[in-house]
Amino acid sequence: MDYIIILIAAVFVNNIVLSQFLGICPFLGVSNKVSTSVGMSGAVLFVMTIATMATYLLHQYILVPAGLDYLRTITFILVIAALVQMVEIILKKVSPPLYQALGVFLPLITTNCAVLGVAILALGLEGGSLLKAVFFAVANSIGFALALIVFASIREYLELANIPKGMKGVPINLLVAGLLSLAFLGFTGLV
Amino acid sequence: MAEKMNQTQNFLKGIVKENPVFVMLLGMCPTLGVTSSAFNGLGMGVATLFVLLMSNIVVSLVKSQIPSKVRIPAFIIIIASFVTIVEMVLEAFIPFLYEQLGIFIPLIVVNCLILGRAEAFASKNNLMSSILDALGMGLGFVIALTMLGAVREILGSGSLFELKFVSENANTFILFILPPGAFIALAYLTVLFNKISIKTS
Repeated sequence: MDYIIILIAAVFVNNIVLSQFLGICPFLGVSNKVSTSVGMSGAVLFVMTIATMATYLLHQYILVPAGLDYLRTITFILVIAALVQMVEIILKKVSPPLYQALGVFLPLITTNCAVLGVAILALGLEGGSLLKAVFFAVANSIGFALALIVFASIREYLELANIPKGMKGVPINLLVAGLLSLAFLGFTGLV
Repeated sequence: MAEKMNQTQNFLKGIVKENPVFVMLLGMCPTLGVTSSAFNGLGMGVATLFVLLMSNIVVSLVKSQIPSKVRIPAFIIIIASFVTIVEMVLEAFIPFLYEQLGIFIPLIVVNCLILGRAEAFASKNNLMSSILDALGMGLGFVIALTMLGAVREILGSGSLFELKFVSENANTFILFILPPGAFIALAYLTVLFNKISIKTS
């Protein structure tokens, strides 16, 4: 039951992008095509899950026993940066086409606040365990994917629309994101 | 004279022409996430300004010592150290703001504005220009966040810097202090900003 609540809360009620404002950069930057946004979502799912697992273990078994909790930010960002580098190397070897599509965006994941944000938020979960933290990361990346892909498909239609000159580009995208966020506000109180 | 001109431009570019929020769209997460009131926006802006200034200074000083292959991780460690300092100082002295900003304080470390300036400017320029660049960009960020915070607070709760100017039970436009309001307010502010900067240039 706990897990179902985590899933619904992370995907709909507290959507990581639309109501918590984490990962806005890729949300606005990589959303002009549905295909690239799917790839980006996959990369985030992968990195976020592994990163949360690694940082959770690091925090639980090294930082807390040693009383080094204040080093949390520094160590977490280092672990994430190293992981991203690893994912980049593995992708280059295993799936060159995917690397071609995502190569530019992978370094961006390091500075994707969603990854670091979820890693930190996962520490504060009620009755936390490793399994719960990982599940939380997966649920949040599904939420990220949902927001990104829906937004990208709206943007594909926007290209055909007749938009006033001053609103073209960033403003209209922000406005669409606002309306999307308004729609997600409707899920408030679901859990 | 030309040198002085350049330095002034170097400082001013961050405020209007290359404003990090309205023009370059950097650091959007804190911009949208903490600006439900003008005070929060100002607090976040100043915290970011401090980290940006310190990291630009340090990066500019040690740039020749860092091998270019590991420069990004090195920059991130420098930035993360200052973020940790800010985190501790805020928790000790301004606990109210610490609680309001919450998760967005450790997230200053992944603000693309800071890493962007370290990589694009401080690692290539001398100390003085890097300081001016950081101050200009940082002030541009502070102004943008405070403006967005002020607009949202005025519309959403009918107050500015906690000073209420409507009666207690007046109907305010609550949407603007909720998440969708952040996107919508920023969209219209960007339009306004584009209009002004096109006119002046």
